[in-house]
Amino acid sequence: MKQIMSVLVENKAGVLSRTAGLFARRGFNIESLAVGETEDVTISRMTIVVNGDERTIEQVEKQLNKQIDVIKVKTLEVDTATRRELLLIKIYAQQQNRGEIIDICSIMNAKIVDMSHTTLTIEMCDRPERVALMMEMLAPYGVAEVARTGMVALQKGSEAIAVKR
Amino acid sequence: MSTRMTGAQAMVKCLELENIGVIFGYPGAAICPFYDSLYSSHIRHILTRNEQNAGHAASGYARVTGKPSVCVATSGPGATNLITAMATAYVDSIPLVVITGQVSSDLLGRDVFQEVDITGAAEPFTKYSYLVKDAKDLPRVFKEAFYIASTGRKGPVLIDVPVDIQRQEIEFFYPKQVDIRGYKPTYKGHIMQVKRVAQAIKNAKRPLLCIGGGVFAAGAQKAVRSFSEEFSIPVVSTLMGIGAMPTAHPLYFGMLGNNGKKYANQAVQESDLLIIMGARVGDRAVSRPALLEHTTSIIHIDIDPAEIGKNLGTTIPLVGDVGQVLEQLTQQNPQGEYTQWLAQLEEWRLQEQTKQKEELFPREETKFINPREFFNQLSFALEEDAVFVSDVGQNQMWSATSMVIKEGRFLTTGGMGTMGYALPAAIGAKLAAPDRQVIASCGDGAFQMSMMELATVNQHQIPIKLIVMNNHCLGMVREVQTVSYHDRQIAVDLAGGPQIEKIAKAYDIPFLRLEDARKMEGAIKEFIAADGSFLLECMVDPRETTVAEGEDVLGGRI
Repeated sequence: MKQIMSVLVENKAGVLSRTAGLFARRGFNIESLAVGETEDVTISRMTIVVNGDERTIEQVEKQLNKQIDVIKVKTLEVDTATRRELLLIKIYAQQQNRGEIIDICSIMNAKIVDMSHTTLTIEMCDRPERVALMMEMLAPYGVAEVARTGMVALQKGSEAIAVKR
Repeated sequence: MSTRMTGAQAMVKCLELENIGVIFGYPGAAICPFYDSLYSSHIRHILTRNEQNAGHAASGYARVTGKPSVCVATSGPGATNLITAMATAYVDSIPLVVITGQVSSDLLGRDVFQEVDITGAAEPFTKYSYLVKDAKDLPRVFKEAFYIASTGRKGPVLIDVPVDIQRQEIEFFYPKQVDIRGYKPTYKGHIMQVKRVAQAIKNAKRPLLCIGGGVFAAGAQKAVRSFSEEFSIPVVSTLMGIGAMPTAHPLYFGMLGNNGKKYANQAVQESDLLIIMGARVGDRAVSRPALLEHTTSIIHIDIDPAEIGKNLGTTIPLVGDVGQVLEQLTQQNPQGEYTQWLAQLEEWRLQEQTKQKEELFPREETKFINPREFFNQLSFALEEDAVFVSDVGQNQMWSATSMVIKEGRFLTTGGMGTMGYALPAAIGAKLAAPDRQVIASCGDGAFQMSMMELATVNQHQIPIKLIVMNNHCLGMVREVQTVSYHDRQIAVDLAGGPQIEKIAKAYDIPFLRLEDARKMEGAIKEFIAADGSFLLECMVDPRETTVAEGEDVLGGRI
């Protein structure tokens, strides 16, 4: 079972290490972890994708909540959350196959952001499964390198994770 | 009130404002400004002979007072020596504020002399930690540290202070309140859950309370007793819960687990409602929790939500402070009918006790004593509220299962099983409760892990009594090797000494050796009657075991 956890934490030194260390120590499997500042500079949001059975997920949530620097933990469901991941991928491209690649980019809603005589760098921001599909489509051309951010997500609709000030 | 002072003075001031009377530590270059400020304070500093023991001493102190206790060390090796003590306190939920010196903040990360990343290293074993980079933060950090250590599930908090921060001048202002938005422990049980628990107790035919160290952490010993008495609910305890119910109480059915009483384990197995209170269902208490989930309904009451459901599936979870929850439950008046169940438990106990009486028989030789008989007799000779500190190993199991505890304490390291704990922890306990008898007991293995603290005992004239159960080997490991490794004994022989009598003499501590079982009564009398500190060496047959029924030492029965 895959679970998305949206975690609001104090934006200070050591928090990332403590949180990530927790996963390693307790043997939880992180698929991805993305972290960045929120509208409040004292708070960061971590979006963690975890793999595990129901009991493991429950423990992850409790262990996260137990951390002093963790302010809120919310588990998000795949269908009620807006999920995005940013992909930067540099692939080998020659004059003769550039057209095909441009086609793929246009179908997949991706952008070419840099090029050289031998490569193209493509940017794509989409749901993780679409990002995976893009990777699959581009693989035959030869991948020079890839950078992915890991998933970030927000609940759909007007509801938000509130922090009492 | 605000005054100008250095960071080091502020640190001492914070301790004074937290009413800290005694601290345990070991100085070094990076903590010198703090020690210099301590010079003009009324706080008493106990110099231990190793930082680890400063941590254990603080642990003993904290367990007797129920409040956070303080230990101090310098950077580098001083700090790393504290790790075992922090880990020990962490697993057993003992409130400590641990202060370490650190290299100058501008040199952090350069691997300078005696620099270690102690906040990083101690991360898994501390409830929280601070690396202070501005002395202005010190008062807030100290206030928060004491608050975090002593609230919710208690535990050690580390404050790492670079030496230049200790010298930095600040305007001192001690905050009155703490507000940490991510930390709001739950004390009161959710009323719906409380009602569900009460209903489950009413409906149960064979309910059983299983109490752990959390009962002491909550100061709820009396509450547990009166709850058990008012609703006639029988009680078993974990190793950490020993003494929360007087061991001779008719409703108390002993310690459960691998080394526990057979009738306690029988009770757990046959119960239809197991109410776990302030216990974390460790593997030595419940070795096969999955089996238990199928046979009984489980209520788990704990202040730490993460403990509930961690090792054992729970029918009704209830988060809260044991004391407050018991009060709430009492209001629900969960009266049930358990006469038959109690009669059954009593029958099992009687069967077992007849057997145990045989175990207590003195040995018919003059070279060794029966350790069970010894601890049993000793416990009768102690004052009602005596504090007994047990080390780890065979001696721990002998004392845990043979002693009669009334209003006293049985302190031991349940979670970590840290050898060498008893002597330093007893030093802390005695300083916390000078009017109570404090007795430590260890084997000859653990004795050699902290015997340097006899110097601390001698220097500060701390009148604790120490028992060394000497079998010239690492008895518990030897026992495991005998039972589970075809008696292939390796690395358990402690034949190299020392002669404990000479060690006692070297530290000017009165000494007595007990080897003739017939002289046990007199020896115990002399031991108890001694005014100051005293060391009693008991000679134990190395073939002596902890497992009376002959089952696998590490295999559980539950």
